[in-house]
Amino acid sequence: MLSVSNLTSAYGRIEVLHGVSIDVPEGEIVTLVGTNGAGKTTLLRAISGVQRMTNGSIRFAGTLIESLPSHARVSLGIVQVPEGRQLFSPLCVEDNLRLGAWTHRRTDIRRSLEQIYELFPMLASKRRMAAGSLSGGQQQMLAVGRALMAKPRLLLLDEPSMGLAPLLVDQILQTISALKRDGLTILLVEQNAHAALAIADRAYVLETGRITVHGTAAEVGSDRRVQEAYLGI
Amino acid sequence: MAEFLQFFFSGLTVGAVYALVALGFTLIYNASEVINFAQGEFVMLGGMGTVFLALAGVPLPLAALVAVIIAVAVGVALHRLAIEPAGDAGVVNLIIITIGASIFLRGVAQVVFDKRFHSLPHLFGAEPLRIGGAAILPQSLVVLAGAAIIVFLLWLFIDRTLVGKAVIATAANRLAARLVGINTSRVVGLSFAVSAAIGALAGILITPLTLTSYDVGTLLALKGFAAAMLGGIGSPMGAVLGGLLLGMLEAFSAGYLSSSYKEAVAFLVILGVLLAMPNGLLGRAKVERV
Repeated sequence: MLSVSNLTSAYGRIEVLHGVSIDVPEGEIVTLVGTNGAGKTTLLRAISGVQRMTNGSIRFAGTLIESLPSHARVSLGIVQVPEGRQLFSPLCVEDNLRLGAWTHRRTDIRRSLEQIYELFPMLASKRRMAAGSLSGGQQQMLAVGRALMAKPRLLLLDEPSMGLAPLLVDQILQTISALKRDGLTILLVEQNAHAALAIADRAYVLETGRITVHGTAAEVGSDRRVQEAYLGI
Repeated sequence: MAEFLQFFFSGLTVGAVYALVALGFTLIYNASEVINFAQGEFVMLGGMGTVFLALAGVPLPLAALVAVIIAVAVGVALHRLAIEPAGDAGVVNLIIITIGASIFLRGVAQVVFDKRFHSLPHLFGAEPLRIGGAAILPQSLVVLAGAAIIVFLLWLFIDRTLVGKAVIATAANRLAARLVGINTSRVVGLSFAVSAAIGALAGILITPLTLTSYDVGTLLALKGFAAAMLGGIGSPMGAVLGGLLLGMLEAFSAGYLSSSYKEAVAFLVILGVLLAMPNGLLGRAKVERV
């Protein structure tokens, strides 16, 4: 469904991605594992069109999208839950969700809202509260909910478990698995390689801007280098 | 007491105009972090546009409407042709562009209009009303009512429509706004259009009282900027409060001290705010999260 080939991206003159190629097949969870500064967030941002790329191509559902602006990519169904949640903190929970459906017709919003409140009942009870006043876990649910409001075909998740208590991490991962069962395609960036490999179908290891290992989640999980570097085995 | 009331009302009237100019600054600043120093030229375009269209025989209400539309077109063009192409040039460069645009617009106005002062007829006559010994022109009340209506409509738009929320969202977190599919460049364009409309309306409302000419924008932009700083740049309520306060300060210092100090007040306010409270009255401290 998503095919990135030979993508390079730079901040100023410093290139951080040196020709990255990944494939995300429809209906799968693909995870991108790597340390801090490997370029995972940069890659997701390039896919969303909010980080300029210097070379390479991105194909989504058969069409080249690298020249499209970010809002057009959201309309196509590529939606990201960014690192650090990035909520509209002065706005209330419901307004955050409604803005998530910005690219859709206003009449469909009500139904989507109900679906999100069903998925995250906690959000329904706080719908009038400012997003900035929620706890970390609640903010993460809101960030996921806001992305789902856009009815994504491909969901990009950037470190959804960051800064959350272990119980909440489980809950977020279960939600991600449930979304996959509903037919959503997911590209998951995680530092928590254990958890990510457990729910993913396919995995890529990104090291200082290059893909070093890739394969099915099981293959990557049993790779000796990966075990040493990321799984602590 | 009558004297006090007199100063109070004249301060309030001028302050309402400063408040509108400050609101224009605030809107564009929130959407793009740019301080648009061509804001005063929108005010000039409103006043001068109406005057010259009226001179050409266009009925006054229509002339005012067309002048506002012209100002909006100029605002949108400023964004499209000067701000947007500069892209990632950085906020300071963009601010310098707006200063250039301001000089350019003044130059064009000198050629298209003229260099004289002009006025517009008062909406409800020039016969002052007596309130507690103070003489108040009906036009002052028109300015106040107009400003109140504009602020109310702006609030309705920002607080009650999804497009308005998209403006807040863009101001609050531009990256997130782009990631939900908001065309943030269009939001900035919209903020230029709305700011231009507000500025032009302010120019039309105040012209019967203070006259207008091709270069009224310079001083008004400075006053509006001082008002926005006083209220806390980025805060719409602060802009309104700052504008009214600055108007009063000016009127009282002109009345009780000397009218030659009037223009200095705005500069003193800017200095005072910078020294004592850089965030203004209602502005929030900017916290850089890492």
